[in-house]
Amino acid sequence: MTATVFGLVGALLTGIGLFGLLARPEPLLRILAFNVLGGGIFLVFGAVARRGAGAGFAGDPVPQAIILTGIVVAFAATTLAVALLLRIASDDESDPS
Amino acid sequence: MTAWGALPMLAVMLPVLGMVLALPAGARGAERITLALLPVGIALAVGTAAAVQASGAPVVHLLGHWAPPLGLSFRADGLSAAMLLTAALVVAAVALFARAGFGTAAGAPETRAAFAFWPLLLALWGATNLVVVATDLFTLYVALELLTFAAMPIVCLDGKRATLEAALRYLMFALLGSVLYLLGVALIYGAYGTLDFVLLAGKARAEVPTYVAVALMTAGLLAKTALLPLHLWLPPAHAGAPPAASAILSALVVKGSFVILVRLWFGVMPGLAAPAAAQVLGALGAAAILLGSVAALRQERLKLLVAYSTVAQIGYLFLMFPLLVAAPGHEAFAAKTWTGGVLQAVSHAFAKASMFLAAGLIAARLGQDRIDGLAGAARLLPVPVAAFGLAGLSLMGVPPSGGFAAKWMLLTSAIEAGQWWWALVILGGGLLTGSYVYRVMAAALTGDGTQPALRRPDKREKIVLALALVSVVLGLLPLAAFGLVQVGRLDLAP
Repeated sequence: MTATVFGLVGALLTGIGLFGLLARPEPLLRILAFNVLGGGIFLVFGAVARRGAGAGFAGDPVPQAIILTGIVVAFAATTLAVALLLRIASDDESDPS
Repeated sequence: MTAWGALPMLAVMLPVLGMVLALPAGARGAERITLALLPVGIALAVGTAAAVQASGAPVVHLLGHWAPPLGLSFRADGLSAAMLLTAALVVAAVALFARAGFGTAAGAPETRAAFAFWPLLLALWGATNLVVVATDLFTLYVALELLTFAAMPIVCLDGKRATLEAALRYLMFALLGSVLYLLGVALIYGAYGTLDFVLLAGKARAEVPTYVAVALMTAGLLAKTALLPLHLWLPPAHAGAPPAASAILSALVVKGSFVILVRLWFGVMPGLAAPAAAQVLGALGAAAILLGSVAALRQERLKLLVAYSTVAQIGYLFLMFPLLVAAPGHEAFAAKTWTGGVLQAVSHAFAKASMFLAAGLIAARLGQDRIDGLAGAARLLPVPVAAFGLAGLSLMGVPPSGGFAAKWMLLTSAIEAGQWWWALVILGGGLLTGSYVYRVMAAALTGDGTQPALRRPDKREKIVLALALVSVVLGLLPLAAFGLVQVGRLDLAP
């Protein structure tokens, strides 16, 4: 039951994030949308872990390791994108033309 | 675990280790570490290729002796060996070329760009090697991200406004590509409980989750490979990038995601590949060849012409898909298509690296790179212009170049498969490529009446020429030599 709820919420977040990433022109919003989308995918992975449980475990541990690594990678991507955005913004301030 | 399995593992580890060591070593130290690793990397790639060729089977290394599905394995088959060699040689050429721009001379102060360039180059090398030898779909995701994270900063090293915006655009495309890929990975894991593509090859079933997952991953990988219509990031990213960065981006970075796509289609789900979907990929490739070439023809700047030429040449790679899907039961024919596709990837890598570096030398010497303003370039810079022409021959597919062998194999496969429309596209693409290369050569060979001043010979010109020669000589190798790239094809596994 909970796995289904997680899966559905994950799908919803994935949809919202994908829409934001494709439809919004503002870079900062797109970076946020990327994070929402990533969160949705990790939730889907979590639901997969719950459903794939076997051998007396409450959940399959492999997807959890994948989620952790995925979060690190997504965080690194966000940092890079925001750093780039800040650099462009500081360019704007120093050179208003 | 097979003998010599450590070779591909070391080919991944050494550049990464070098990058970590390079960060505290400063610009001068990073340059030294990179140069010291070049011969080692080439030796490892040659060793891997020799081991694969000698044993006729993939070279496998199990990390920590844990076998998949619990552990991770590195597996170098013929395709990996060819790409490892290509990566090692192109990175070596680019590193030697870049010493003039990013090297730190004795006594000179270290610059920020130099400090960033060398570790990023090592990161790109390590990530490319990881992409071609990893077997776990999630490890491949991490490798793709490493590739993006290293390629994005290296194209905007000059820090100009337009370059930074191009880099942001590139990053957005790449991030969209990676999340779509990751979503596909989640679905595959949910359906099969493993992500190792060797294990998946025996398990994949023709079910909705598999098709949705593969469709998502394909879309993501297309964005990273810059196949039309997802190529929009590539030309702007090239426009302001240093020549060395452009060479790596076109030669290696876009090929990484292509290798994963080939493995996904013909490794994870051989036999499941839908002919209609493969025709769509082929059609996108054909559109890329024609529209990319026309766009190249219309460019005013030499560098952008070369960038659009990359968009077009990537299209040829995707003609593999409809032809291989039509191939089951026709082994000789499938082998020819496979060799043609891999040879196209390899010969384009060398030719395009040479073209970008030659364009860089020409732009640096003339102070601009407008094609209208190239008059006299051949007199000032005979060697780079000749290299550009030679690499152009390979892109056009003029015999005896590597590009000719690749395109010839794809062309004859298309006719044998009864899919003659791809043959027309290959011929048309060759003519268009000829037109844009001619346009550059004609402009460069026009004299402007001045005698060039004497100057010291530039070592970089030899590197550019060597890369172009490799792309041509590839066509002279006997076809039997390419038996290498057939080794370990998963679609042949029983």
